[in-house]
Amino acid sequence: MYETHYHRASSIQDAVKLRQAAGEGKYLSGGMTLIPTMKQRLAAPTDLVDVRQVPEMKGIGVSGRTVRIGAATTHFEVASSAELAAVCPAISGLASHIGDPHVRHMGTIGGSIANNDPAADYPSAMLALDATIITDRREIAAGDFFTGLFETALEDGELVTAITFEAPAKAGYQKFANPASRYAMTGVFVVRRDNGDVRVAVTGAGSNGVFRHKGMEAALSANWSPDALVNVTVDASDLLSDIHADASYRANLVKVMAKRAMAAA
Amino acid sequence: MAKITMTVNGRQVSGQCDDRTLLVHFIRENLGLTGTHVGCDTSQCGACVVHMDGRSMKSCSTLAAQAAGSDITTIEGLAANGELHPVQAAFKANHGLQCGFCTPGMVMTAVDMIRRHSGHLDEATVRAELEGNICRCTGYHNIVKSILAAAAEMGGARVAAE
Repeated sequence: MYETHYHRASSIQDAVKLRQAAGEGKYLSGGMTLIPTMKQRLAAPTDLVDVRQVPEMKGIGVSGRTVRIGAATTHFEVASSAELAAVCPAISGLASHIGDPHVRHMGTIGGSIANNDPAADYPSAMLALDATIITDRREIAAGDFFTGLFETALEDGELVTAITFEAPAKAGYQKFANPASRYAMTGVFVVRRDNGDVRVAVTGAGSNGVFRHKGMEAALSANWSPDALVNVTVDASDLLSDIHADASYRANLVKVMAKRAMAAA
Repeated sequence: MAKITMTVNGRQVSGQCDDRTLLVHFIRENLGLTGTHVGCDTSQCGACVVHMDGRSMKSCSTLAAQAAGSDITTIEGLAANGELHPVQAAFKANHGLQCGFCTPGMVMTAVDMIRRHSGHLDEATVRAELEGNICRCTGYHNIVKSILAAAAEMGGARVAAE
């Protein structure tokens, strides 16, 4: 790892100030991606601003059907919150299958979405749940937040502080996990609202990161059932190909995972 | 350089290290507690697992500075009064190791796992919970057996105490 300077933030305001004063700085949350990346010398921030212990960024609040999750809340905390499981068990289940137990004890929801790894689980949930990403300076709709591979709408120095969403009537998530890394080779999050609106978000498969599948949304709006997906075609031309799976294999996985997510919803 | 203070195995410790020093190196080199191992450079193997504030974590993927002020338990902190912890005793009784390199991480993981599941574990859960720990000798069979034996013993002890 290259040399770096560590700072611990005590509040959101403090974090932003420390980050502004830093040169090529980065926010550090659980560090489950950033520290391994720095160990490999693939990232070399001059300064790290640790936001893991910022009190306003921690914890889960459920008020009626409105859910608010602080950005520094760990995957373990999301997975084990009874309050959250009562209104949206799909996101609890998603969090319980990220990485391994040790990663879940450290990694955070804010870190995951700010990193926007194309194979991460949370971006699909944020997009399908039509979540709002709250930062130190504004609110961003999930649909505008995830802009490409490891790219988001965040400005330089902007800090994700929380996410919020309305719990849906139905939701399900299933992924085909890479056998070594447990990242999603393809993961699909399905959501149905009381008013009948349906959203289907796919992670791990798109060559431009997480995306909504409009064909599946139309089919499931007409008939909320796994069978409704049988005749939907998934275009492989915009999907990732790598050593683990080519685009046509991933296209098939999108459909299979969508059916399984529907069965779980 | 950072001056780091934390509690390790119940004792308050301090040391100087670079801001970039990983917790595992602080534990091994500054504190001389070499039971915590470094098995890979990619955050995958789990040989470095310790407990921070009561939760298992990979000390190779966290800076010592991040852990400042926290309460750390390493493999050296498990045995009390010269008696093996029930998980250590179960690994010994069930031959849950061969070369032993991964064992400190396996034992720390098992202690955390048994605590989270209140001693109620089955084989499938143990195998799923071992996702973050790699053993290249045993094929995991006796590790799983050891953890199930320890969970039964610790769950039984808890019932007896109630």
